[in-house]
Amino acid sequence: MKILVTVKEVSTVEDEFEIEGTTIADQYLGADLNEWDDYAIEEAVQLQEAGIADEVVTVTIGPEECEQTIRQALAKGADRAIRVWDDALEDVDLLDVGAKTAILRTVVEAEEPDLVLTGVQSGDDNWGGTGVSLAEELGFEWGAVVNHLEHDLEDGTASVRRELEGGVEELTEIELPAALTIQTGINEPRYASLRGIRQAQRKELDVHTLGDLGVDEGAVEGAVTVTDMYEPESETDATVWEGSPEETASELGELLREKGVAP
Amino acid sequence: MTDILAVTDHRRGELRDVSYETITAGRQLADETGGDLHVAVVSGPVGDFAEKLNREGVDVVHTVEYGEEFNHDVYTQVVTQLYDELAPQYVLAPNSVNGLGYAPAVANALDLPLVTDTVGLETDGETLTATREMYGGKVETANELTGNAVVTIRGAEWAGADGTGDAEIREFHAEIDEDAIRSSVTGFEEVGGGDVDISEADVLVSVGRGIEEEENLELIEELADALDATVSSSRPIVDNGWLPKNRQVGQSGKVVTPDVYIAIGISGAVQHVAGMKGSETIVAINTDPNAPIMDIADYAIHDDLFDVVPALTEEFQ
Ligand SMILES: Cc1cc2nc3c(=O)[nH]c(=O)nc-3n(C[C@H](O)[C@H](O)[C@H](O)COP(=O)(O)OP(=O)(O)OC[C@H]3O[C@@H](n4cnc5c(N)ncnc54)[C@H](O)[C@@H]3O)c2cc1C
Ligand SMILES: Nc1ncnc2c1ncn2[C@@H]1O[C@H](COP(=O)(O)O)[C@@H](O)[C@H]1O
Repeated sequence: MKILVTVKEVSTVEDEFEIEGTTIADQYLGADLNEWDDYAIEEAVQLQEAGIADEVVTVTIGPEECEQTIRQALAKGADRAIRVWDDALEDVDLLDVGAKTAILRTVVEAEEPDLVLTGVQSGDDNWGGTGVSLAEELGFEWGAVVNHLEHDLEDGTASVRRELEGGVEELTEIELPAALTIQTGINEPRYASLRGIRQAQRKELDVHTLGDLGVDEGAVEGAVTVTDMYEPESETDATVWEGSPEETASELGELLREKGVAP
Repeated sequence: MTDILAVTDHRRGELRDVSYETITAGRQLADETGGDLHVAVVSGPVGDFAEKLNREGVDVVHTVEYGEEFNHDVYTQVVTQLYDELAPQYVLAPNSVNGLGYAPAVANALDLPLVTDTVGLETDGETLTATREMYGGKVETANELTGNAVVTIRGAEWAGADGTGDAEIREFHAEIDEDAIRSSVTGFEEVGGGDVDISEADVLVSVGRGIEEEENLELIEELADALDATVSSSRPIVDNGWLPKNRQVGQSGKVVTPDVYIAIGISGAVQHVAGMKGSETIVAINTDPNAPIMDIADYAIHDDLFDVVPALTEEFQ
């Protein structure tokens, strides 16, 4: 069985930052592997180690700079990686779910995996839609917010748990081929070993343009445009205690005594 | 004129609050251009549900009898067919776990733009402006699109619709293609039980990712001991296996309402806040003065937890 894992490099922001137009100024941004994708990679690698998957391929839509992040997946055990980028994507300020679906679909069709694992959401712009949208586009079955996957996929069904609100889990049977959106906590993502990191440098990382994949440039423009970005007006009316840690701690201590909740 | 189709959420025989909130958001959008508000309820005791959903401002409630519980294949088919029948400009769904299980599929099937997790909406009949958050609530963005769309609504951003309306209740005969139902729900399970019930505690010392390492949890335990309080946490601490599931506060954990909730190194993501905003007094200890937790804190210390927590423990030893 072959597993395709979608992975994204997400942006992180420092505590203090400035907004330039509709983005955060570059110098305040960092980059990281999307937390949810880290769990999806781990799940795929575990399926491979269990002898259920024979190949794990990752795919990302992103510029060259994200390759270092993407190689983390290879270092953790994925076999090879695909990266899609194109000049036409440079000018798109928001790659919406529809655009990502249009691109990823072509990769899935070329790779023909039995199982696609995505994260529940991107940690930076949290759309939470790509996995399910992609599944629908492909005619795959799907499961959203999966926090447990039984590792016996041989009979063509995935037994999963979907994490609902309020500490309730739903037990669901899903026919393959399917896309599952993976929730954090499903497993314990490993750290890449030094050996893994060295090996990752030699693993295949194919780069495709939209033209290579036969994706029409019009399909990636996206229907949604970001027209403004701002810091939300603070609604805080908190009393802020200032001073040394001893001073602020003593203020808090006093509050707790006043409330009668501290010994 | 902007007609709206608002799809509701229920589980194990109960409508979920976000259903009423989605109705409010729908009514607001419909009012902006004088359109109708259609509400849909799919599966379960739809007759009973329809009566409850007949709140002020609802024009029609469409009921679809099919099975008991949510199934994303059924919802996708039904909502797509309702869209074809009613031609609403916007389809609204809750941004719940189930909403995210079919709204993206509906959008893709209908070739409509999708905007998820919105906290504000406005339309002039042509252009929809949706407000969303990014970077865990550090910034908000305005997102525009023209034409029709599928939109999901963040919980607790709109008030729940109340009053009684004079909606027409209409059975919708969806044609369900059984072959396209390739998933089935076999049961539910409550998780997070065990020895401690954090929802019973008077004081919660709650720890988040700011604690950095498992070893450092000792600082939090010492404080809790000194205060005779209970330790709870945000999700990453439980995901990491540092604390059991029954300690997790939030949307997918427990809802708590202690007298005092001390959030230590917790940013205040919406899914966390959903579980603790009802606390009587909220204290936040966080190095980031702009962390979203500050919006709901009553008292704040903008400082390093590794300095403040030991000092506080000392106070009580
Ligand atoms: C479907 C779904 C369900 C979810 N359910 C839940 C849920 O039930 N509960 C939940 O909590 N989350 C839930 N989440 C996750 C949620 O979105 C956030 O990722 C999570 O709450 C973040 O936890 P955190 O605040 O501990 O970490 P972060 O967001 O990483 O925040 C860490 C904070 O610590 C501060 N900090 C760092 N160092 C220090 C220091 N030395 N001293 C003081 N402060 C410091 C930082 O400024 C920051 O504000 C859910 C997500 C999804 C998608
Ligand atoms: N640019 C991208 N490249 C590859 N996969 C992506 C990309 N954006 C999102 N995804 C995948 O889709 C999931 C959900 O993302 P989103 O719908 O953007 O919140 C992520 O966890 C990724 O697995």
